[in-house]
Formats: sequence, C-alpha cells, structure tokens
Amino acid sequence: MTYSDLSKSIDELIKSHGLPKREVYLDHENSGLIIPEAIKAMNEAYELSGKGHPSITHLMGWRSYQALYEATVNIASVINCSPEEIVYTHSGTEANNLAIIGSSELSPKRKKIIVSSIEHLSVIFPAEKLEKRGFKVIRIPVDGEGFVNLDFLSKHVDKETLIVSIAAINHEIGTIQDLKAIRDIVRDKDDRILIHTDACDALGRIPLDMKKLDVDLASFSSHKVYGPKGVGALYVREGIKLEPIIHGQLSTQKLWPGVENTPSIIGFSKAVEIIHRNFEENVSKMISFRDRLINGILSNIDYTLLNGPLGYKRAPDNVNISFLYCEGEALTVELSMKGVYVSSGSACTSRVLEPSHVLLAIGRKYEEAHGSLLMKVSPFHTTLEDIEYVLEVLPDAVRRIRSLSPIKPKVR
Amino acid sequence: MSSRVPLTYGKKVLELFRNPKNLGRIEDANAEALAGSLACGDMIAIYLKIDESTEKIIDAKFESYGCAANIAAASILTEMIKGKNIQDAWKISWRDISNELGGLPPVKYHCSVLAVGSLKRAIRAYYANRSKPDWLPEELTQEEKHVIEEEKLMEILAKRIQKTEL
Ligand SMILES: Cc1ncc(COP(=O)(O)O)c(C=O)c1O
Repeated sequence: MTYSDLSKSIDELIKSHGLPKREVYLDHENSGLIIPEAIKAMNEAYELSGKGHPSITHLMGWRSYQALYEATVNIASVINCSPEEIVYTHSGTEANNLAIIGSSELSPKRKKIIVSSIEHLSVIFPAEKLEKRGFKVIRIPVDGEGFVNLDFLSKHVDKETLIVSIAAINHEIGTIQDLKAIRDIVRDKDDRILIHTDACDALGRIPLDMKKLDVDLASFSSHKVYGPKGVGALYVREGIKLEPIIHGQLSTQKLWPGVENTPSIIGFSKAVEIIHRNFEENVSKMISFRDRLINGILSNIDYTLLNGPLGYKRAPDNVNISFLYCEGEALTVELSMKGVYVSSGSACTSRVLEPSHVLLAIGRKYEEAHGSLLMKVSPFHTTLEDIEYVLEVLPDAVRRIRSLSPIKPKVR
Repeated sequence: MSSRVPLTYGKKVLELFRNPKNLGRIEDANAEALAGSLACGDMIAIYLKIDESTEKIIDAKFESYGCAANIAAASILTEMIKGKNIQDAWKISWRDISNELGGLPPVKYHCSVLAVGSLKRAIRAYYANRSKPDWLPEELTQEEKHVIEEEKLMEILAKRIQKTEL
C-alpha cells in the first residue's frame, strides 16, 4: 500500500460510515490527548526560548538552557526531588528501558530482577532481554484485583537481587499498589537493592513525593499527563549510578545523549503543572466520571465483570470491564462508528495472538480478557454528557456484537 | 514503509462488519461446522444447505465471535460459495478471501484462514456419511491444519496459566 492509497482508504472509510454525531475519546491509555496550555507553552518555546541547543555557549543556547532548567525545576518541585535527579528520555518506554537495562551492570554479583507479572511491556521486555543474557527474572504473581503478593516478594528478594520494579498504578486495571509496604520488604532484606516504580500512570492521579516514597528510580511519560507525546523522564535518586543505554554526543544530561527536545519538555512540564494546580478537584472529577461509567455499565448490561479493584485503591481515571460473549475488538470498532473511541485487551487489537497479560494474571479466562474494554476519563477532556452518551450507545453496541456470535448468553 | 504494519481495515471489511450478509443459522442445514474457540477470541460457525442431487450449495449462513475482520471474512465467504457446487467451493483459499476483502494486513490473515477452515470442515462433515468424491483429499489442507493448531495452542496456553497460579 502506498501513501496515497492509504490516505484514500481513510477518506473512503470516513465517507462510508459517516462522521458520528458526537465524538467521545476515552483512549487516554494508548494516547493521552494534549491540553491547550501545553501546546501554547510549546509554541512559545519553538518561537522563543527553546530554539537553541541547551549546551552550546551562545545566547540562544543559554536561553534554551534556562528554559529547560526552569521546566525541570517545575517538575522536580511537584515530585519533590532535585532537578539534577531528572533525566529526560523520548518516552515512558525509554525511561523504563533505561531503569532496567541501565542498572544491569551495577553489580556483577546481583543477577536477579524482580518484576510484577502485570508490568507494562516496556518493563517486561527489557527484563526478558536481560534474562536471555543470564539474569534471573522473577515475576511476582498478583491477586484477583492486581495487588502484588507481598509474601512471594518477601520470599524471593535476597542479596542477589539487583532491582525490584513494580508500577505505582497498573495501566490497564488501575490497581494502586502499596509501594510503602513493598519498599519496607525490600529495604529490610538489603538496602542496596534498587527499587524502581513505573509511575507513568500514577503522576497526576495520586500524590507522588520521591522523598516520601523513597524509591531509587521512577518513570514518567508526558502524554499520560496530557502533555505532548514522545517525552518521558526517569527520576534517578542522587548517588545511583546507571549506565547509559544509548550512546552519542552528550548535551546537558549524562544518561541520555543527543539534543534535548526542549520545546516538548517544556510542554511536558506545563502539563505536569496544570494537572497539579487543582489536583484534588481534578481527581474528584475523574472519580465521579469513573464511577458513573462503571455503575452505569454494570447495572445496565448483563454478563459484565469489573476488572481491578473498586474504590480508593483504584486509579481515579480507570474503567476496565469485561463483556462476556462479546469480542472486544469488534466492540471497539462498533463503538468507533458511534464516535466512541476506546481500547480492548482482546488479542485482536494487540497484533499478537494472546490477550492482555494483565487480565490473564488476575485470573481472567481467555474469553473474559478478549471481551474487555479499557476506558480512561480525563479531567480536561471528558464531560458528564460524554459519559451519558457512552452509557446510551454501549448497550446496543454490545447487543449487536453478541448477536453475531454462535455462543449466546442465556436470556435472563 | 516496510517496517510499518498497514492500516488494519479497508472500506469493504468495515461495510461487511456493519452489514454482514447471510448472518444466522440454517435450521435444516445438511452440513455445518464450528472452527476456533472462545479462548482464541476467534470462532466461526458455518451452516450449509446443499442440494443432494446437484451438489450445489443453495444456502450458506454464518455466525462469528471475533474481530471485525473475522466477521467480514465469514460474511464474504458465504457470499462467494452460494450457488457454487461443492467442489468449486472447496477450492477457495484464504488468499481468495483476503483479496475479495480488498486485502488484509498480515496480522489478520488468520481470520480468512479460519473462515476457509470452517468451510472445509463443513464440507467434510457433509461427506462423513455419504460416499466421498475423488477430489476430496484424505490429508488435511493447510487451512484446516492451521485451525487445529490454533485450537490446540489455546488449550496449551490455558493449561499453562492454570499451572502457574499459586
Ligand atoms: C504504565 C506505563 N508505562 C509506560 C508507558 C509508556 O510510555 P510511552 O507511551 O511514553 O512510551 C505507558 C504508556 O502507555 C504506561 O501506561
């Protein structure tokens, strides 16, 4: 397929099913939508402060350095660390890779990597890469709501452990882990073990204070806080010596060479600032949308299962529900024709034959995982009307997809 | 562009997903088959009404549990075989289905394989208690083997998951 074929087929696609009367975007998991304040900050950076190379000694470079530094101070003050402890990468994926692979040569005696079985693939895949190079990878099981088994962790963490990596909030089912308990278990065994948390989905949803959390490494992704895509950051506690995983000319940071994408970093920083400006209000907004959506679906549609915990241990923005007898990918396509954009843990959306490893890890059957929908609400983009519209169109969409299937639920 | 996966769905697939042809069961079908499973997230049931004297497929219907491509593949297959004699229907390959749909990306090829696999199963079922024609091979075709592999793989994976539970 050539480029012109491609754009033609998208045009045809739009023509053939028409634009829906309302569009509701709830796919902030796969791609968080940017807020206008971040765009404005970026535009200004492109025009003014962020044009030069931040480590070159001329006025343009100095301006760029200053803008970069201010953006960093801003993020550092939110997560309570020093600006020197923040390393920018070009995504959350890269931050996770840097944490896992960049720590692998820290100590030749430590050859054990402990991760939870529900980590994002940008943690699991680098760990598996190291497994092929002789590391031992332990995958901690989780309970039915996604909480890591602390006894299992305690049993396996030892003097040979290099790093323990557990996400603060799970990206698919919204489980908020007890990081304090995890840290106590690890530090009790050996305080030289690195603790990493993938905080991409936690920033802006729960308070994150690096001093209080007392972790060594934490990953962040800009688009998950409604900033621009293609920017991430790794918090590296002072004194922790990682190795860079990509190599080239250094700019302002030792762990990630290449020219910083200053305008995007400034957009990221602005987004972090905005989501924390009215933090409690934003969180309670998300919770009210979330709960309206969950309650509306579970009470109006039969054969549905909530994935992940309920209440205050669930991420404020996360809704994940399995629709039995209903294949999730087909349901996302059906919904997209009604203007509702969501994602699914079905094997068919992920371009591999296996469904979401997170749903399988919490004990969901294959067919329950195939029938799951993941929706994330946003304090800046979602409205109550959006939620009501989803609740209006979803029952018919589920009914239609179920009607195609050779295996149908018994009529209640 | 070689490293990029193409756009998943074209116009034809979406049209058939929205308005599938020949959806449902045939109550007096004289051949039917089920391929895939709920666990695979991919299942097609096919129902045929075959005229015994002319060996022509006079009616074909389907039901499907699967992604949009899966539904479109099953739908177009029923359109392609209606009115054909059984031997010609047997010759349809998964590639014919993909072409008829205006092309599928490689990750969705298995949908057209499943559709053809279910048809071949139904045809074999038809001849299970009739005299087999010469053109019907004893050995399973690629599509049928693939379907069995997929069904088996899911059983293995499901067992593995149960085992790793605490
Ligand atoms: C928990 C988690 N980790 C890592 C990432 C990867 O971030 P990025 O999309 O910036 O590569 C995501 C993004 O979806 C995520 O949800």
